[in-house]
Amino acid sequence: MYVIIAGAGKVGWNLARELIDKDREVTLIERNHDRFRVVEQELEHVVQYGDATELWVLERAGIQRADLVIAVTGDDEDNILICQVAKEKYGVQRIVARVNNPRNHQHFKMLGIQPAVSATQLIMRLIEHEVPEHGLVQLLALEEEHLEIIELEVLDGSPAAGKQIEQIQLPKGSLVISVLRSGRGFVPTPSDTVAVGDQVLLILDPGLESQITPLFAPATVAD
Amino acid sequence: MFILIVGCGRVGSAVAKRALDAGHEVSVMDVDPLSHVRLDIDETSSWEDSGGRFTVGTALEVDGLVAAGIEQADVFMAATSGDNTNLVISQIAQRRFRVPRVVVRVSDPGRAAWYAEQGLQTICPTQVAIDQAERALLTV
Repeated sequence: MYVIIAGAGKVGWNLARELIDKDREVTLIERNHDRFRVVEQELEHVVQYGDATELWVLERAGIQRADLVIAVTGDDEDNILICQVAKEKYGVQRIVARVNNPRNHQHFKMLGIQPAVSATQLIMRLIEHEVPEHGLVQLLALEEEHLEIIELEVLDGSPAAGKQIEQIQLPKGSLVISVLRSGRGFVPTPSDTVAVGDQVLLILDPGLESQITPLFAPATVAD
Repeated sequence: MFILIVGCGRVGSAVAKRALDAGHEVSVMDVDPLSHVRLDIDETSSWEDSGGRFTVGTALEVDGLVAAGIEQADVFMAATSGDNTNLVISQIAQRRFRVPRVVVRVSDPGRAAWYAEQGLQTICPTQVAIDQAERALLTV
C-alpha cells in the first residue's frame, strides 16, 4: 500500500512514522522549508519539499499510484483541495482529511471530503461518552454510509419500558440490533420485551436521534 | 445584478468599482478592514455613499458570506490572495448557495485549467502573463 501524507506537522510526521513501522510505503510532503529540513534529518528521502496543493508536487510524489492520501496540514482549505484533487483528478480510492476548525466540517462534507477527522469533535465525543446526555451514547458514525449506531438506556416511565420491540414506535430508518441486560447482550426478536435498565443498541439514519431518545426516557426528562 | 466580491485587493476592488459605476448592486467582503481604503481611492464620494456595501469577514465563515449577501447574489467572484481559499469558497457559492455565475481567480495555471474543466469559471493572471510575455518576446 502506498500512502501520501500532506503536511509534516506533529500529526503528519507521527503518522508517517507509524505507517513506516507497519511496512507501508510512505511519502510525506511539507511546504515549509525549515520544517522540511528538520523532518528530513529523520525520514530522509521519505519527505519531499513542496506545496501539496500544486498538481506537479503531487505528481512528483507519485499520486497516480497512491492507494491512500492523508491531508493533515494546518489549513482546512488546503486539506479540502488536496483530497478533492486526489479523489476526483487522480482517482485515489481512499482519502482522509483533517479538520482544523470544526466549523469548517460542513464544507468538507458538502464537497464530499470524507472521512474528515476533527480532533475537537473526537474529544467532544469522548466527553459525551463519559457524561452521556439523556443516556445516549453514540458508538459509531459511518458518515459516508449515512449510518450510525447508538446506545440508549431504557429509563423508568419511558414509552418503551416494558414494551415488545415491535410495539415501540421507532421512526422509519431505525432498528434495534441488540439488547444488553445484566451484562449480557442478545439480538432480540420483534416480540421480545425491553425492561427498565436495559441498554438498547440501535442502528439508524443520522439525524433520527431526537425522535428516538424520547421513546426511552420519561417525558419530563426528555426535554 | 447583485454582485458579491470576496477579496478587496487590486483586482477585487477595481472590479467592484467598475461594477458599481455600471449600475450594479455591489457587495465586497474582506478579512482586513483596512482594505476598504482601496474602494475610496480616487473617488469623489465614499464607497458606501455611492451605494456600495462592505463586510469584514473570513471567507470560510458562512455567517460572513450570508451577511455580505451571498443568498441574493447573481454573481460571485472569489478574488482573495489565496488560491486555495478562492477555490473552496467558489465551490461553496456554486454548490451550497447556488449562485448562478461564479468566477474564481486562480494564480496556479495547472489548477486553473483543471478546475475550469470541472465547471468553474476560472481567471488565471499567471497564464495571461505567460501568454503576453510569450507574444512580447517571441513575436518577430
